Amino acid sequence: MTLLSIEGLGISFGGLKAVNNVSFGVKPGEIVSVIGPNGAGKTTLFNMISGVYQPGSGKVILNGEDVTAMSPHLLARRGMCRTFQNLQVFQSMTVLENTIAGYHLQEGGSVLADILNLPASRRRAKTAEAGARTLLKRVGLERAAEREAGSLSYGSLKRLEIARALALQPRVLLLDEPAAGCNAVETEEIDHLIAEIAASGVAILLIEHDMKMVMRISNHIVVLDHGEKIAEGDPTTVSRNPDVIAAYLGTENAAG
Amino acid sequence: MRLTAKSATLLGLVVLIALAPLFFPSGFYYRVGALIFVNALAVTGIVILTGWAGQISLGHAGFAGIGAYACALAPVHWGIHPALAVLLGAAVSAILAWLVGRPILRLKGYYLAVASLGMGILISMVLNNERELTRGPDGIDVPDLGMRALLKAAGLDLSNGEFWYFFCGIALVIGAWLALNLHDSPTGRALRALHGSEIAARTVGIDVAKLKLQAFVISAIYASVSGSLLALQNKFITPDVAGFMHSVEMVTMAVLGGVGSVAGAIFGAAVLTLLPQVLTVFAEYEQLVLGLVMVLVMIFLREGVVPSILRKIRGRGE
Ligand SMILES: Nc1ncnc2c1ncn2[C@@H]1O[C@H](COP(=O)(O)OP(=O)(O)O)[C@@H](O)[C@H]1O
Ligand SMILES: [Mg+2]
Repeated sequence: MTLLSIEGLGISFGGLKAVNNVSFGVKPGEIVSVIGPNGAGKTTLFNMISGVYQPGSGKVILNGEDVTAMSPHLLARRGMCRTFQNLQVFQSMTVLENTIAGYHLQEGGSVLADILNLPASRRRAKTAEAGARTLLKRVGLERAAEREAGSLSYGSLKRLEIARALALQPRVLLLDEPAAGCNAVETEEIDHLIAEIAASGVAILLIEHDMKMVMRISNHIVVLDHGEKIAEGDPTTVSRNPDVIAAYLGTENAAG
Repeated sequence: MRLTAKSATLLGLVVLIALAPLFFPSGFYYRVGALIFVNALAVTGIVILTGWAGQISLGHAGFAGIGAYACALAPVHWGIHPALAVLLGAAVSAILAWLVGRPILRLKGYYLAVASLGMGILISMVLNNERELTRGPDGIDVPDLGMRALLKAAGLDLSNGEFWYFFCGIALVIGAWLALNLHDSPTGRALRALHGSEIAARTVGIDVAKLKLQAFVISAIYASVSGSLLALQNKFITPDVAGFMHSVEMVTMAVLGGVGSVAGAIFGAAVLTLLPQVLTVFAEYEQLVLGLVMVLVMIFLREGVVPSILRKIRGRGE
């Protein structure tokens, strides 16, 4: 059974069709990767799924419910969370606080209790902190817990975003280039982490440039080029697809 | 660590309020102190709204006007005790803030600045023009709170200046305590998160519009209580309390001290309340000085005076 299904999503900016009629599905515990050259429309696709952009056409179905263009905070309540290619951390908050922020829905209570510093409010905050510390350990950032997030390296911030997203205990997780800016060791760690999250039953949608990583951990790969889905299938099928090879070689030459 | 920052601010404030009178050259300074506390209370609300929720209000004096005139009118017209009139004013301010903020804060951008500016002007116009009720620009008497008499009966005989100094001082300590509670709470963290990255805040489930609205309502209550206390201690109030210049004054005080910091709010309020008392020229050129302070702080101390100093001290400590 499909948890997240994308049905004919499309959007245009000015005359440019950034994404055109893309469909696929993700099941619980499955890792589906979206690959394609720079500017192919991968991030734009994520932005539509996660409610940041309103799709021009098509639907997003989450667990049987039409959630197209739903506000991100409502998607979060339904179990969808994401990370960002161009980092979106809370710069002036500590690493720990950034992670605790992911517990917002679980720790949320009345403002009145918060202003009066009632025991209920403190208890919620404590529970969230304990959870956040465990998550930071899981992504290897426990020693940076008290540091201001803005002072971390790019690769560490990527992991911080994953920890924050995990705090929501999502059923669907969208990761936009989680290994960008990470060295080989860190990439492998993230690789393991993603596999582990999927193994716990989370449906994962992944954008990643590191092809080795993509081929290793994906159950299914969707290839975008110029906003169109040009191929999909398991890693072996996709890597042998001539259109895919052409799209990649084409841009590499153009960029090179 | 957070807890100590909070207790340090509160402890510092209590000690300052308690000890400052030892250095007062004359009884007049009790009145100046009380004015500082009243202003600092309103500015604490601005810190919550602007420093934490990232929204700008140019009409907060309107809420101070509501709080002030609630104390002037409700006891006379409806026989409500002045102390309850403070609560009535706060409730009216909160409801008005909710009504104005709800549609506006769903939009992205700084529309609240424009909407609140309009709201402030409207309130000011009503206070000036509804002469039958408010007596217009000449101002109106405000009934006595009656608390000083109660204290006297209980054996504590304070002068008028002393009473309002300590009464407003206690109000400020409570206001600062509540604000600092909020800062460290889940709601406060969510506020700071949305200030850091609105899009990320939304993806972790924060209802950004609702949170901004809560901050606006809370800050309106602060301004309203501040206006009430001003009216009650002066026993007289004019529509100037709701004027645009008063709104600008609040924002400038917050910016000077450091718009994200409660201690900064109190510092900013203290400096800009003291200045006109010490330098009489200031009163004449108030608008000029406020503008200059804004520009200089923005150029040299982006975070405001208090956070900049704290950063220096911490930087040296490491
Ligand atoms: N908000 C936007 N306004 C205009 N053009 C956009 C916007 N977002 C993305 N695009 C364009 O859509 C195309 C796809 O971009 P993107 O989704 O970021 O690619 P990818 O993530 O695959 O590298 C690019 O040509 C980009 O310039
Ligand atoms: Mg991208």
